[in-house]
Amino acid sequence: MPEIAATKDTASMTQAAPHAIMPHGGQNRRAARMQAAALRWLVRLAALLTAAVLVFLIGYILVMGIPNLKPELFAWEYNSDNVSLTPALINTVLMTGFALLIATPLGIFAAIWLVEYAHRGSKLVKVVRVTTETLQGIPSIVYGLFGMLFFVQQLHWGYSLIAGAFTLAIMVLPVIMRTTEEALIAVPDSYREGSFGLGAGKLRTVFTIVLPSAMPGILSGVILATGRIVGETAALIYTASSVPKIAGSVFSSARTLAVHMYLLSNEGLYIGQTYGTAVVLLVLVLAINALSGLVAKKLTKK
Amino acid sequence: MTSKLKEGVMQVVFTLCACVSILAVALICIFLFANGVPTLFKIGPLKFLLGTTWKPGNDIFGILPMILGSIYVTAGAIIVGVPIGVLTAIYMSKFASPRINRIMLPAVQLLAGIPSVVYGFFGMIVLVPAVQAMVRMPFFKDVLGVKSGKGMSLFTAAVLLGIMILPTIITVSKTSLDAVPDSYYEGSLALGATHERSVFFSVLPAAKSGVMSAVVLGIGRAIGETMAVVMVAGNQTWMPKGLFQGLRTMTSNIVIEMGYAADLHREALIATGVVLFVFILLINLCFSLVKGGSDHA
Repeated sequence: MPEIAATKDTASMTQAAPHAIMPHGGQNRRAARMQAAALRWLVRLAALLTAAVLVFLIGYILVMGIPNLKPELFAWEYNSDNVSLTPALINTVLMTGFALLIATPLGIFAAIWLVEYAHRGSKLVKVVRVTTETLQGIPSIVYGLFGMLFFVQQLHWGYSLIAGAFTLAIMVLPVIMRTTEEALIAVPDSYREGSFGLGAGKLRTVFTIVLPSAMPGILSGVILATGRIVGETAALIYTASSVPKIAGSVFSSARTLAVHMYLLSNEGLYIGQTYGTAVVLLVLVLAINALSGLVAKKLTKK
Repeated sequence: MTSKLKEGVMQVVFTLCACVSILAVALICIFLFANGVPTLFKIGPLKFLLGTTWKPGNDIFGILPMILGSIYVTAGAIIVGVPIGVLTAIYMSKFASPRINRIMLPAVQLLAGIPSVVYGFFGMIVLVPAVQAMVRMPFFKDVLGVKSGKGMSLFTAAVLLGIMILPTIITVSKTSLDAVPDSYYEGSLALGATHERSVFFSVLPAAKSGVMSAVVLGIGRAIGETMAVVMVAGNQTWMPKGLFQGLRTMTSNIVIEMGYAADLHREALIATGVVLFVFILLINLCFSLVKGGSDHA
């Protein structure tokens, strides 16, 4: 009875044992399983390596550096005995303040224009986007060179706090612009419509409705920019230079913490103090970045 | 009436602020090129770009060693960083549980936040001695034929830069992997492929352009990195001699010598910066081409 035989065949096929039909099925399957395991372990290994590098790097700096955090390192005045980081720390705060003072309004206003005013696809929007992307890709040493040629020499500001601050402001401008833009886009259109419906003008809507609701996003961008400023070295060496004193005016040279750290490790005479300075710099920058992340998270939770 | 005026004025202010980035790029181009290009012609473009000797004391300015140095170090960083970075991105996007990602995501952000001086210091204190010890092992002499090697070398710089570009590679690759529609993965799974096979042979190829732009961004970061490279690469001005020998990149050349350079020497350093800038512009162009390609697809 051929019909019954056929049903039996199909039954055995559906039940199991693909290798009965395909002679190499079992081997193929074993090969597939081995390939899967290999790939799985490969990605795990890579992720583990990434995490291990981070833990080792931060751990090493902390372990070697914390015992070197001695009170002399934080003395008010710098001299070649204590290589105090306090003046550099204060200069860093000043530098950050000035650079943000310049970059924040510019970045926020530019983002407002891009999101609220500009016509999508207009020529100017395209040019602004391309140039912002270009700025983002320029390495800090090129910013440093430009700052030296333009602010220090052309404008005769000399090696100064203000020359450094302007250079850094251009450097972080794209960061602030991009994060503000994202935050503004995330504000629902109904907010704007509601405001318009109540008779508010465009400007009023932007400043009293849109900006406040985009605040956490903007803030996280500004904090991110702060982190970049604090960690920056190459753009500052030839613009703000390296006088290890608290800047007396905006036109005096100012050594920031990152520059201080570079010069110390370059001299190679104060290994202990360099470790200590590295800890302060690392913790400062990581804390700033963590703060930015926290603020951004608050935004997404809302 | 006054409010209408205010609206108009503020709109102009906003527009002007948006144009600041255009102004900045224009100024950077003008000042770099105006200062660098005449020098290039004063020294002679071929002599400058293809000259193999850099001896500022004798007025010999050839930056080929530095150009090659930058290219080698960047290539090394890509070889180290891209496989680890892309695999980590695959792990985070398709393998890790949400709980693990709650640790991995901030970890990658931390890695991105560490200042380059700190990386450089770490490289100087940990990697350089480690590489030095490694090169002295008999295996290197007997099997690989490396007769002499230094701790401050191309290899050390490549490893350090490879670590530094990890966050860029991971974030951009992960974003593009996350953006691949689930139907790709499900289709592959339905055809009987394992989870791993589906991810590697169906999802990953679909995210190819994203991974490519991650690589291009990584190249941009690596070639422009200054402080970390200065601290571990040895900075000799000779033509790159080997994997375990020191070399100097364009960025290091500027940072090391600008402090005491004068006259033609100083101008030659600015011209070095211009060459670097042109490299970066080309890389940016590549990036927008790669990204533009993915937008059309």
